[in-house]
Amino acid sequence: MAVKLVFRKQSKFILALSDSLVMIRRSTTHIIRNTDQLLGTFFQPIMFLVLFTAVFGGAIATEGGSYINFLLAGIIVQTLAFGSTTTAIAVANDLKRGIVDRFRALPMSNLAVLNGHVVSDLFRNGISTVVMIIAGLVIGFRPTVSPLEWLALIGLLALFTLSLSWLSAILGVVAKSVEGVQWLTFVIIFPLTFASSAFVDPSTMSDWLRVFAENQPVTHMVDAVRSLLIGTPMGDAAMWSIVWSVGILVVSMPLAAWLFKRKTAQ
Amino acid sequence: MSKNDYVIEAIGLEKSYGSNHVLQGVDVKVRRGSMLALLGPNGAGKTTTVRILSTLLKADAGSVHIEGFDVVADADDVRKVIGLTGQSAAVDEMLTGRENLVMMGRLYHLTKASAKQRAEELLEEFDLVDAAGRSVKTYSGGMRRRLDLAVSLIATPPVIFLDEPTTGLDPRSRITMWNIINRLKENGATILLTTQYLDEADQLADQIIVIDGGKVIAEGTAKELKSKIGNDRLELTFKDTQGLAAAERVLGKAIVESNKDDLTTTVLIVDTNKDVKKTLDMLSDSKISIDSMAIHKPTLDDVFLSLTGKQKKDDGEEEK
Repeated sequence: MAVKLVFRKQSKFILALSDSLVMIRRSTTHIIRNTDQLLGTFFQPIMFLVLFTAVFGGAIATEGGSYINFLLAGIIVQTLAFGSTTTAIAVANDLKRGIVDRFRALPMSNLAVLNGHVVSDLFRNGISTVVMIIAGLVIGFRPTVSPLEWLALIGLLALFTLSLSWLSAILGVVAKSVEGVQWLTFVIIFPLTFASSAFVDPSTMSDWLRVFAENQPVTHMVDAVRSLLIGTPMGDAAMWSIVWSVGILVVSMPLAAWLFKRKTAQ
Repeated sequence: MSKNDYVIEAIGLEKSYGSNHVLQGVDVKVRRGSMLALLGPNGAGKTTTVRILSTLLKADAGSVHIEGFDVVADADDVRKVIGLTGQSAAVDEMLTGRENLVMMGRLYHLTKASAKQRAEELLEEFDLVDAAGRSVKTYSGGMRRRLDLAVSLIATPPVIFLDEPTTGLDPRSRITMWNIINRLKENGATILLTTQYLDEADQLADQIIVIDGGKVIAEGTAKELKSKIGNDRLELTFKDTQGLAAAERVLGKAIVESNKDDLTTTVLIVDTNKDVKKTLDMLSDSKISIDSMAIHKPTLDDVFLSLTGKQKKDDGEEEK
């Protein structure tokens, strides 16, 4: 053996952190090399934005001027919600292939695999969001955001994405197949984003739907983002968005980790 | 710990899934620097045993120590000294061969420089230098297996588990793999190998444990197992039926079987030198000439057949 191996001698915590960094790099490389998914990251939000503005723009009367100003917050939150489901697919893929066994037989942190997918998803969603805002600006979006509000916006969106990605990690672990994951996330995310304030004002919906739409996390999130972007009334939207996101995070993070451990130990 | 201690020591392993008793009290001990083959058909419990030994699965009963560390209580210490190559090539398809190696090295907590150096060394050793920069998706089955094994060696672990390392490989890749495995042993690694190929166990292992239905049914060196099934046989072929008949009269009780159609008769031999000479002397004293002769040694297939009472499955190409 020619090479003399040098092992790092650091605290458990530092090594666990480094494990997560290695796995974040891995998952991010996956995203960059998956050309189809990458194209989706760029073009799907632009397509939604242009289509919705063109199709509904004339028909829907909204507060705050043109429809694009109203719509952008909705499209951003919807794209993030759908985007977070790639965590589920990535986790399910790892479990399907034997690679999780390999990771588990290494002296590495157990959570690093999930951390890697969740955090790289955050990067990808961040890129999507920037693309959407630029595309919005091109087709007439005129924001009224102060520097401080930009920071609040970034923090809020990151928190929301993280919480949904951890939720989605649970789906990735419990689903029987990758196809199952796609179906499962679709039936959860689609109603949540459409029956919300993302595209229309919920006060125009039928009573039962309105009650649901006004009290679910996506609406709070959309309202908070919209308020920050174009200055519509904030009310308690930001507070509820944070409560929901933190709540989901606190429950789903340990649950995902526990389920992942249990599933892989069979 | 003395040099002769068991590096792998598993005692009384039991594992059940509902009413399916996969392991029913399996003992596995491997001495430092030796290679043990766990031989058995599909569903015998080989993979379950390896998963328990490599900390992936908890046994219902029994204890396992690797280099003195308990696989349950000191799982992290165990993971530092083992390398595992499973049945499905557990490498990252989207990454290149080199990236896979460096990543796993980092996860073993090698320094970046060490991981990179060692990766280059392994790429060289496993003949993967040309493919090192390509994503694993483009690799052939044999290349994947080689990379998979290389990955498990990135931190040069002293204990190596190989779960059916050649299942599904073409004969040439199989020979390459055997050479690599033999080199690992020469470098002093302690190796546990599972296989359903009898010739593989015969070729590579110092010790063989035959398991079937979650139980150890035989244990020993290839030679010892062969001797259990019986001795060598000397098969004599004669020129004509008169010769055969004369030989049968002379050899009498020593004959185990005769075949008039083939003009052959077979005698058991215990001591190859003496017994062959004695037999030939008896025939030449009676002026009986033989056409040809052959010594048959029992194969591990014979061993397996006699131990399990089952015909071994056809060389298991597509088995999972």
